[in-house]
Amino acid sequence: MSMTTLVQKTGEAADKGLAKAANPMVVFESVSKRFAAGRTSAEVAALDGVDLTVPRGSVTGIIGRSGAGKSTLIRLVNGLEKPTAGRVIVDGVNIAELDEKSLRDVRRSIGMIFQHFNLLSSRTAFDNIALPLEIAGIDRQTIEKRVTPLLDLVGLSDKRNRYPSELSGGQKQRIGIARALATEPKLLLSDEATSALDPETTRSILALLKTINRELGLTVLLITHEMEVIKTIADHVAVIDGGRIVEQGPTFDVFTGHTHATTRSLLGGLAGLHLPEFLTRQMVEEPEPGLRTILRIIFKGENATEPMLARLGSDLGIEVNIMAGAVDEIAGRPFGMLVVSLLADEARIVEARRFLADHGLSSEVVGYVR
Amino acid sequence: MSADIFALLLKSMGQTLYMVAVAGLIGSLFGIPLGVFLATSERGELFAAPSVNKVLGLIVNAARSTPFIILVVAIIPFTRMIAGTSIGTTAAIVPLTIATIPFIARLVESAIREVDPGLTEAARAMGASPVQIVFKVLLAEARPGIASALTLTIVSLIGYSAMVGAVGGGGLGDLGIRYGYQRFMPDVMAVVVLVLIVLVQLVQSAGDRLARQFDKRIRPR
Repeated sequence: MSMTTLVQKTGEAADKGLAKAANPMVVFESVSKRFAAGRTSAEVAALDGVDLTVPRGSVTGIIGRSGAGKSTLIRLVNGLEKPTAGRVIVDGVNIAELDEKSLRDVRRSIGMIFQHFNLLSSRTAFDNIALPLEIAGIDRQTIEKRVTPLLDLVGLSDKRNRYPSELSGGQKQRIGIARALATEPKLLLSDEATSALDPETTRSILALLKTINRELGLTVLLITHEMEVIKTIADHVAVIDGGRIVEQGPTFDVFTGHTHATTRSLLGGLAGLHLPEFLTRQMVEEPEPGLRTILRIIFKGENATEPMLARLGSDLGIEVNIMAGAVDEIAGRPFGMLVVSLLADEARIVEARRFLADHGLSSEVVGYVR
Repeated sequence: MSADIFALLLKSMGQTLYMVAVAGLIGSLFGIPLGVFLATSERGELFAAPSVNKVLGLIVNAARSTPFIILVVAIIPFTRMIAGTSIGTTAAIVPLTIATIPFIARLVESAIREVDPGLTEAARAMGASPVQIVFKVLLAEARPGIASALTLTIVSLIGYSAMVGAVGGGGLGDLGIRYGYQRFMPDVMAVVVLVLIVLVQLVQSAGDRLARQFDKRIRPR
């Protein structure tokens, strides 16, 4: 696609912005999927009553442990799997109802990238990107015109005639992305696309996906087990566990709100959710006179904490010690946590927490130390 | 070695090449599609037809376990139907072809099964039809394996063709047996064996080169 089409698409994406909420790209309506018992296995319920909405133009991430049903979920969107019950609606069309022929047409409007890239070893980078176009019966001249700018877009124009075995993992995934974009889809499915890549390559691939989402107005639905991926690019997230969606919504809200146990355990690596060991070792659960209260203060977005802590001292006369702290970024917004200890009686602690709450900072008492 | 024997050697070599070429060609024509079908027709696969797959598998196994020389004799009526006669070089092509089809089919089947199922899935996600998947993905990716399969087939055919002397098929093997062995002409025998060795060697290295050329999986050194 040329620069002009890029610009046009961005314009279209902006126009559609208003309709986003009302007209989602993908909707799952109480979808269940069971796999019939095999010779060596019992019947498995991979998905159980899933309701999920993927807003148009969003990057929506589905996170869960392996075996949670993520792969099945994403394969229902392009009909690689059929639901046992419920409806999967993509851009207004119920995928489960389509016959093979119409399903093939729909698939041409949905790109997909894979954990292990799934490039044909017998084809060059160019010919791999050309494959979906050949399948769609597009003539060689048009193919040439479409593939060249795609190679540019993913920054691999110089690898045009290389075979996959001559490319690095990150380069292979870039070719995979270019291939997925070749038929100018409206939706891109990403099946653990960065799970086989090192952290640095992961970042560059995620940046590329974000660019494509922004500039082409393409909706991206990705599944992953990596919190980093969600934090970095997903503006919407759904947490899946045991075949059920346990939480979904805007990423920032889900990750910083009252989170489900599964979300919390997946968030494990997120800054400051774990207390430092030196604190937990000496912490007790019940207050006693003379003990210092350990408070976890959570700040979201752009709240400044520094002056608030200073004012706890100056306005309320409470001495504040900072024990631990960290700042992270979720969906482009800062999210941070401070663990402080306060020497004050219970009434004063309540007062201090009200003061913080009045200034938009939530806090929780996690324990007491000497 | 007299000029007569030399002419006989050339003639026999021509017969061998003729039988191997025709049987190899027709065998591939039937064997490759059969192999593709065997590899794609089990439950849940592209052309799922588990019972047909099972029946064809049984037939293929039966044909492969029948000793070739017995097959030659057993199908004489069929040979007569196809070739109009049951003796001679052309007639010998019939059992050679019949033996080749299941041989190629099994080799092609395993070459196709080597193709990463992820590629089939990717092609399905692109909206490819089953036929497109066979031609654009499976056969394309299995080319190195299929080249090796055909090489092995031709080498085996050269060996099998030595046995069709029993029905007047002629060829190098027949020359070796009738002159070298039955008429006590060790020099003829030696030359026949030598020619066969060279022939197999040529086929094998040409096949290997082809397979290497098709195989883009290894980083070129």
